[in-house]
Amino acid sequence: MTVNARNITDEEFFYGHKACPGCGGALVVRQVLKVLGPQAVAALPAGCMSATGFNFPQLAFGNNAMITPFGGTAAVLSGIQAGLRAQGIAADERTVVGFAGDGGTADIGLQALSGAIDRNDDVLYICYDNEAYMNTGIQKSSLTPFGASTTTTPAGAREHGCLTSKKSLFDIVAAHGIPYAATASVGYLSDFLKKVERARDVRGCRFIHVMAPCPVGWGFPSEDMVDVAKEIVDTGLWYLAEYEGPALSGVPGGAFRLNRNPKAFKPIEPYLRRQGRFSADDGADLAAIEAARDARWAYMRERWA
Amino acid sequence: MKKFLSGNEAFAEGVRLARPQVISAYPITPQTTVVEALASMVEEGSLNCEYLHVESEHTALSAAIGAAATGARTFTATSSQGLLYMAECLTYASGGRFPIVMMNANRALALPWNIYGDQRDSLSLLDHGWIQVYAENNQEALDLALMAYAVAEDERVSLPVMVNVDGFALTHTYESVEVPEAQAADAFLPPYRTANRFDFEQPVNIGYSAGPEFNRYYQYWHHRDMLSAEAVVEEVEARFAEVFGRVYPGMVDAYRCEDADFVLVTLGSVAGLARDVADELRAAGKRAGVLRIRYLRPLPARLIAEAVGGAAAIGVLEQDISFGDTGTVFTNVLSALGRLGMARPAVNFIGGLGGDDISRDQMRACFADLERLAAGQSAAGRVVFLGIDDEEGGPR
Repeated sequence: MTVNARNITDEEFFYGHKACPGCGGALVVRQVLKVLGPQAVAALPAGCMSATGFNFPQLAFGNNAMITPFGGTAAVLSGIQAGLRAQGIAADERTVVGFAGDGGTADIGLQALSGAIDRNDDVLYICYDNEAYMNTGIQKSSLTPFGASTTTTPAGAREHGCLTSKKSLFDIVAAHGIPYAATASVGYLSDFLKKVERARDVRGCRFIHVMAPCPVGWGFPSEDMVDVAKEIVDTGLWYLAEYEGPALSGVPGGAFRLNRNPKAFKPIEPYLRRQGRFSADDGADLAAIEAARDARWAYMRERWA
Repeated sequence: MKKFLSGNEAFAEGVRLARPQVISAYPITPQTTVVEALASMVEEGSLNCEYLHVESEHTALSAAIGAAATGARTFTATSSQGLLYMAECLTYASGGRFPIVMMNANRALALPWNIYGDQRDSLSLLDHGWIQVYAENNQEALDLALMAYAVAEDERVSLPVMVNVDGFALTHTYESVEVPEAQAADAFLPPYRTANRFDFEQPVNIGYSAGPEFNRYYQYWHHRDMLSAEAVVEEVEARFAEVFGRVYPGMVDAYRCEDADFVLVTLGSVAGLARDVADELRAAGKRAGVLRIRYLRPLPARLIAEAVGGAAAIGVLEQDISFGDTGTVFTNVLSALGRLGMARPAVNFIGGLGGDDISRDQMRACFADLERLAAGQSAAGRVVFLGIDDEEGGPR
């Protein structure tokens, strides 16, 4: 049965946490655990969701959950899975799921993630992407977009924010030949939850990269979070896609699919201007952001559409 | 059954007998032949466990932590830079109270890059909350693999154990080793049972954060339970002797210390040579003793003080240096004696660095130095680098 707004459980597995109002990451954890159910085992590294969810005696997870070393999310997932397997507990009974941020995944956790995919450990890895190290106070990660001001790429007269563009984590993961990977956004929640459900039922390693805006770090009102998460997709600055590995797709090398491929994008300027982090960007910066978007879409449309 | 085994092979036999459910393995010289032997055991079916081919030491220990959180008995092994690379995870394992057993093949630290044995790797991580024990020979290495689980998993302890085996001197040196029968090992070490694990009836949050108002309790409990390992080690060794007939002397191994005028304190495989030279001196009518510290954490302060308290001079010979201070074992021994009000004139010998041989002549020179110290003919508190301070013409 496909999960939707009508039939998703009212049971809560992540509550009483200290996340900021309008936190995209908290929405990710809450919704994913509803799909995976009470038997899921979660692991979270140092980061926003562990900092807000694991404060003794205020422990916010209703299912089994543990903290991991910052770069060790995927490693701990592998260990949990191996421990359960050694005790005769099948992976389809209990999903072992990790929630790590963009820094915890694309930077410090990338090696461990690559190892888990290489071993094809039967775990689900969810990267909630808020495009910077938010828990430590908005520092640049390798998933911070070009032009975004962070506390380590402060906008000034000389530079207007982050000089590098977002690393394509989805392509990196897919290049391993992982059984299933997807991108998503909390702005398109039913698409995201369908992918979680899909990933839950695929055996082997699975990965979902979900856009999870941060009102504090991005500089917009907290009530706008879901709208911003929609707009980043509608402007083409983020994309909804899936990759099925060779076994699932029957295609050597696997198969990509664009879940949304609009004829026209919404203009990027209103999206950028509603956020404080892009406020120093000038016309040339906006042109560069748009050109990078178009190049990325040309690449994806040529190969995946 | 008697077998001719290297230290690593012997340790792997001990691990097989302990029946770990999850092994995470990443190679580093001189640990490699342990994980190779275990892989072969898994392949031939004589060891039934999940064997994870991890991509780093950081993952090796992180995965062991995840497995331990499910209630599985886990094993990993490392050495030197690999131990340092997983250092962050050491405190997650110990603070999480996961009774993981890890073999560390003692090896020098870079730079200069060096694959040979010394003990600076494990000694630099004494404060990470693990029980640390040092083997003297291959039989002890094998036996410690079994005993380490019994100590670690005791609910009064619930802490990880690092079993240190001297790189090359033991790991790659062959000795005759008695390999116990599986049935006896099973009687000695029952399957691991713990409440510190995921629970699918009553889900739990494991390894959370604890702020300033609670943090001290966790640190205190960790310390208290580490100290209680001293009694548990004694119990475990008594049970080991009953089952296997081999007797171990507890946290420290005192040799001819009762009436000794001077005692050399050391760790690991060099203790055999120290005892040999002590015997020479005894034959010449000189009252020499040797104290081999087996467990450095918890520090058996009282036992050290009792063993050397009657001596007029103490030397500590160790294969490490805390740059700008003394050797780390020296610091610990002096701390133990000092706080029990039994400080003695002491000198620190630093030798065997980067696999350098500690020769019989050097050992004799150490004892000769101690003899002079005991007679009040040399100064206490010196740090003597073997092969440097005693070189002709003095240090360069």
